[in-house]
Amino acid sequence: MSFIEAKDLVHEYIMRDEEGNVEGVQVALDHLDLNVEQGQFIAVLGHNGSGKSTFAKHLNALLVPSEGTLYVGGMDVSDESLTYDIRQTAGMVFQNPDNQIIASVIQEDVGFGPENIGVPTEDIWARVEKSLKAVGMWAYREHSPNKLSGGQKQRVAIAGVMAMEPKCIILDEPTAMLDPDGRKDVLAAVHELNKTKGVTIILITHYMEEVVDADYVYVMDKGKVVMEGNPTGIFSQVETLKEHHLDVPQITMLAHELKQEGLPLKDGILTREELIQEIDRICH
Amino acid sequence: MSLILDNISHIYSQGDAYEKKALDGVSLKIEDGEFIGIIGHTGSGKSTLIQHLNGLLKATEGNIYFNGQDIYDKDYDLRDLRMQVGMVFQYPEHQLFDETVFKDVCFGPRNQGLPEKDVTLRAYEALKNVGLDEKYYDVSPFELSGGQKRRAAIAGVIAMKPQVLVLDEPTAGLDPQGRDEILDMIAENHQRYGNTVILVSHSMEDVAKYVDRIIVMDDGRVRFDGEPKEVFRHYKELEEIGLAAPQVTYLMHDLKDAGYAVSCDATTVEEAKDEIMKMLGSR
Repeated sequence: MSFIEAKDLVHEYIMRDEEGNVEGVQVALDHLDLNVEQGQFIAVLGHNGSGKSTFAKHLNALLVPSEGTLYVGGMDVSDESLTYDIRQTAGMVFQNPDNQIIASVIQEDVGFGPENIGVPTEDIWARVEKSLKAVGMWAYREHSPNKLSGGQKQRVAIAGVMAMEPKCIILDEPTAMLDPDGRKDVLAAVHELNKTKGVTIILITHYMEEVVDADYVYVMDKGKVVMEGNPTGIFSQVETLKEHHLDVPQITMLAHELKQEGLPLKDGILTREELIQEIDRICH
Repeated sequence: MSLILDNISHIYSQGDAYEKKALDGVSLKIEDGEFIGIIGHTGSGKSTLIQHLNGLLKATEGNIYFNGQDIYDKDYDLRDLRMQVGMVFQYPEHQLFDETVFKDVCFGPRNQGLPEKDVTLRAYEALKNVGLDEKYYDVSPFELSGGQKRRAAIAGVIAMKPQVLVLDEPTAGLDPQGRDEILDMIAENHQRYGNTVILVSHSMEDVAKYVDRIIVMDDGRVRFDGEPKEVFRHYKELEEIGLAAPQVTYLMHDLKDAGYAVSCDATTVEEAKDEIMKMLGSR
């Protein structure tokens, strides 16, 4: 069994009027099938309203399926008795760091999670140190979060999740509110966690550049998986991505346009190095 | 007709422990009809700067002249300035409040004291210009999707027909298509009305694609000011202050370093494509 296994997953939002009568049903997830292996770095793309966040909220049982099944670490998310175990397995980082930081001192904020799950005090401090060091925020441990930049706050939020030692971290557009520098730092911290600690990462994003280094990419539209593959495979389909209201990295776009002009370039060029190699090949 | 900032400085919490000089001797001249991008690292002073343009913040030192008048003159009508310099803040949809989209857009022009008939016409025109379908005019703004809400909120500002439109990261949080649509819409309106547009952005690619002039803020000062290709020639200095050039500009530099005869001025996909095709054609 895969670490995450969604089969025929359906989620319906039921809209009610003031008297509680059902006004309409909106299908947010429509028979979604998706598997993730332990230790993978997965990116999920999709335009606003494609169902990605609804899916993310199922992964730690904030929402439960209307139909179909979802297993996380072998646990059925529909089984209420497992909710807490699931939340310890799959941690969540949201878009706005201000909504997830609660303490007035950074190290206390990071310690809040492990304290809540009953970790002994000495172990809490060890975890706080390890987590803050992993995201490069150890130097700020005694600071107040409200003087930090957005990128720094988001890294503190990630440390807070890490301190719970989940096997998997889901990040729902963690960089949407950050500047390019903050974005880079957060991404580097997440990649580091994946590589050194083997934490499974599910990154939901609108920034195509952030997807380039993922192991595998899922593209969602209308609550379904409409494309999947490695980044090269996904970004070689420029036109299909556009149909799903998405984009490609700027270098991929340039390679695509050059190809349309008749240059014999290979598909799915993601980096400057690849494009230069291809131009070299054509010229020599 | 222009907007002139003469040696503006702004100090927050002057005199206490949190004193911070957010703007330090900024001088700028913004001509009518320019399309300007402001870029800078978080904390570089961008937001402080734009809040001076319609008098939301008052400079600690220096003067601002709008159409030749000193906005700090005691007889100057700041209310009028705010009608002329329209401000679209980050996440403007948080400011939607009325029962229907249409009523929400009417709020600004009505406050300007226009006759009711003109208010209605302005709202129609603005909603049409932001590309929001008529079927949404009578629904609650809270029922719209994220991108639609953003359009409705921008319509509320452009319905006042400001001479200068300032937008603080108007595409934050939108998906790629939503982002392109909003920026295309802003560029079209700029073409249609010839108004001045000032766009604050974190995306070098977007700035390069849309604006004629880039102002780079760093540590409360104007670090660079010029056409995109001029500004992005300083990509190394930009990196030092936490910024970067568009990806394609780096590619052109890489190509040049690899011995190809290309100019490094390309800042958009289109320009890079043309330059590479020209280079290959001449071989």
